[in-house]
Amino acid sequence: MKQFLKRREVTLALILIGFIALVSLRASGFASPSNMADILNDTAVLMLAAAAQFLILLLNGIDLSIPSMMAFTGMLVSMLNMALPQLPIPAVVAVALGIGLVLGSVNGLLVGGLKLPPIIATLGTIAIYRALVFVVSGGEWVSAHEMSELFVSIPHRSFLGVPGILWYSGATLVLVGLFLSFTPAGRAIFAVGGNPTASRLAGIKNERVQFMAFALSGVISGLAGLLYVTRYAAAQNDTALGYELQAVAACVIGGVSVVGGSGNIVGVVLGALFLGLLYNALTVVNLSPFYQTAIQGVAILVAIIANTVVDRRNRQKMLARRKLA
Amino acid sequence: MKDDIAAAAGRGIAVGRKDRLLAFLKGWDFILSVVFAAVMLGGSFVSPYFLDAGNLLDTTFNFMEKAVVALPMLFIILCGDIDVSVGSIIALSSLAMGAASAAGADSAALVAVGLAVGLASGFLNGWLITKFEVPAIAVTIGTMSLYRGISQAVLGDQAYTKYPAGFAYFGQGYVGGTKVPFELVLFLILAVLTGLVLHKTTFGRRVYALGRNPVAARFSGVDTARIRMVVFSWTGLFCGIAAVLLTSRIGSTRPNIATGIELDAITSVVLGGTAITGGFGGIYGVVLANFLLGYLKFGMGLVNVPGRVMNLVTGVLLIVAIVIPELIKRAERRKR
Repeated sequence: MKQFLKRREVTLALILIGFIALVSLRASGFASPSNMADILNDTAVLMLAAAAQFLILLLNGIDLSIPSMMAFTGMLVSMLNMALPQLPIPAVVAVALGIGLVLGSVNGLLVGGLKLPPIIATLGTIAIYRALVFVVSGGEWVSAHEMSELFVSIPHRSFLGVPGILWYSGATLVLVGLFLSFTPAGRAIFAVGGNPTASRLAGIKNERVQFMAFALSGVISGLAGLLYVTRYAAAQNDTALGYELQAVAACVIGGVSVVGGSGNIVGVVLGALFLGLLYNALTVVNLSPFYQTAIQGVAILVAIIANTVVDRRNRQKMLARRKLA
Repeated sequence: MKDDIAAAAGRGIAVGRKDRLLAFLKGWDFILSVVFAAVMLGGSFVSPYFLDAGNLLDTTFNFMEKAVVALPMLFIILCGDIDVSVGSIIALSSLAMGAASAAGADSAALVAVGLAVGLASGFLNGWLITKFEVPAIAVTIGTMSLYRGISQAVLGDQAYTKYPAGFAYFGQGYVGGTKVPFELVLFLILAVLTGLVLHKTTFGRRVYALGRNPVAARFSGVDTARIRMVVFSWTGLFCGIAAVLLTSRIGSTRPNIATGIELDAITSVVLGGTAITGGFGGIYGVVLANFLLGYLKFGMGLVNVPGRVMNLVTGVLLIVAIVIPELIKRAERRKR
């Protein structure tokens, strides 16, 4: 029981519940099921972006190009929709995943194949992919009236009373969690991120693992891009601008280590939820939405400092135990 | 320095004079100079307005603020760190100047306020990084959000647009009766000072030592935490200078001022031959890379290339710049 309470995710969940209770004191409607459902729907895309970032943070990297991949995928599927309005939904989803896979693989080749540091590779592709959005669209938007009803219904179509957007992101998050915990390839990501020399000596092909993680991160970003443009019914050049930082924020608040090798998908989901609750709470308690960025910054700083301090204490405890033995 | 770059690219350390010359020709500074010459040549081919002294001087207005930020960014990257909060520091510093100006401060006071806020923001970065031993990327992602957030919280959708008349000189003025922009002269002075500190002082050597092997540097008695504190604070100060130039040039402070400047600064440092893992690089490459990128954009602008596509070219250039040495290294390994 004590062990359970001490777990990072449990602490974070308790903080979230406390936060909801606190805001409810000021605004009674905040905790209502309908508002909570809204927050979930609003946060679904961020959760996906955070999961994409999570895979790379685990490798001790950072993927700055996630929002650019989202924007490019979103723009291409929207233009595809203009050309073929009645393309069935599974085909649209498959195209989005495919585009994401290609973009992510380019990152993967740069990092895994050509040994570029992730921050540099994605610093390059963040500009390149964003520029390609401009090139393919000619700087034009695809707006709501140009999209077919079928297309914009993707996030709303509910199944068992739950809207599509939650199914897509929920399923992805569960798959990512299972993949990381129960497959050799998933465990290899932790190994390479935690100690690349040790993982190489253990027979893991580090470059392949890096390529795979970036490719997967691209696939998830592709899905996130599709959900983003269909939910807001607009594809523009500036789609998802700044999402890379929100995604990192969700991860570090969720306890993911920025030096790689440690983290948990449940923490990432809770971290993203925390940001979603925060953004919603600001409007509910009549604080200016302009405070959002500043509060997010404080949350990031508190989270990473807490992570580091807890980490250090754990390490010292481990050392102390070893001395006793 | 040439040895450093040669070693960085994995070509071994040059010993004799002939080896040194060979290392220089294969070295990054030389490659960059050739690319720079190519850009200037290409520019004068595509447009008759490119190779004109007045134009070449005036277009520096467009990239001097970035260049000023790139100078301390070189030190940060040499230390093996990164600072993504520089654009947000500029925003905060510009915000403070706007508020001070609204309260009736004169130009000299505005400059003092801008520099002080920049220095304080950089100091906070350095303090958080060294005190809690948190990676710089994590801390500066947090403060990037915080500093930018403060200017958004204060300004909302408003802007400060009232600045004293004399204040415009810093970002718009020319030196004496010449056609040389004040910004350019200031940058060149700062670049020379930065180069001297980096290549001629103990402090500079310690930065290299720290970047190549922080543990060894620590055991050799280098106070690594203090060096990083100084480097981050100094970056804040230079962001303050950039904020003065930028605010003065555009004459207003909006919450989104200098968004994305961190990418430009990092790009020119890396394009300048600095290893992102720290310890290798020098001032010459970084200064040259700034002019190269600036004039490349100027040339593309003359033939009506849209801004987004210019970013595409910069992005490709950045990646190619790092891939080439890696490929050369591989080819040489295969030869052996």
